[in-house]
Amino acid sequence: MEEKKTDMAVQTKAEAAGPGEKQEGWFSMDMDSGSRNEAFARTVAAVFASRLDPTLEELEDIRTAVSEAVTNAVIHGYGNGTGRIHMEACIRGKEFVIQIQDDGAGIPDVEKAMEPMYTTDTTGERSGMGFSFMEAFMDRVEVRSRPGEGTTVLMTKRIGR
Amino acid sequence: MTETSFIYEAEGQVLIIHLPKELDHHNCRNLRYETDLLLAENYITKIVFDFSRTLFMDSSGIGILLNRYKQMERSGGSVVLYGAGPQIQRILSIGGISRLMPCYATKEAALAG
Repeated sequence: MEEKKTDMAVQTKAEAAGPGEKQEGWFSMDMDSGSRNEAFARTVAAVFASRLDPTLEELEDIRTAVSEAVTNAVIHGYGNGTGRIHMEACIRGKEFVIQIQDDGAGIPDVEKAMEPMYTTDTTGERSGMGFSFMEAFMDRVEVRSRPGEGTTVLMTKRIGR
Repeated sequence: MTETSFIYEAEGQVLIIHLPKELDHHNCRNLRYETDLLLAENYITKIVFDFSRTLFMDSSGIGILLNRYKQMERSGGSVVLYGAGPQIQRILSIGGISRLMPCYATKEAALAG
């Protein structure tokens, strides 16, 4: 995995593609922060990523990583309350790029939040493995967040090695 | 698309929990409350998770498995599982569950083990 950067190095919008960089399409969508959308979001992302002709395992990786990011937005961003979750993705060559963004509570200490098993949950029901799963299943995970300013998670994965 | 209820089956001191097709945060919401209730009302020494219908699981699933494991460990009970397909096995392994809970192929083996 590449080094994490605090600033987003990659724009996921199709327009951000440099000269000669082949774009294979993109999508951009908003959804409410209801927990039902965890399944909706990972399904949409997987259907889109299937254009890259991924293996079953690669597709499951994407499904799981997207589920983790959206679940974080639902639980931690909005505290299971109402809000907007934005998801956009593009295909750049053989790379799948996805960004999940909320306008929720934000994370005071991103580095701490990304530590394995770290959780702010007190019920004992949360494993604290969300970011670890994203990092295990994607090639690159970047998190940008500030308290009160929401959280943006950018993930990329190269399909077909 | 949403399958939120779990099917519980009690066989003596064993509680079998048949998991849904997709085990995520949304589908896990009621599990804690329901299992707490069942554990309070019945003398349960072993929990058996049935993954035979489950095709998807993320870290939310790992969280609920870990918590049940801790619960049962406190009371000297055990937690086992069966029927996990390759994808679920992968998640169980990455989530560290494989080291904690014996995984069996069939319900019979899980009940006997």
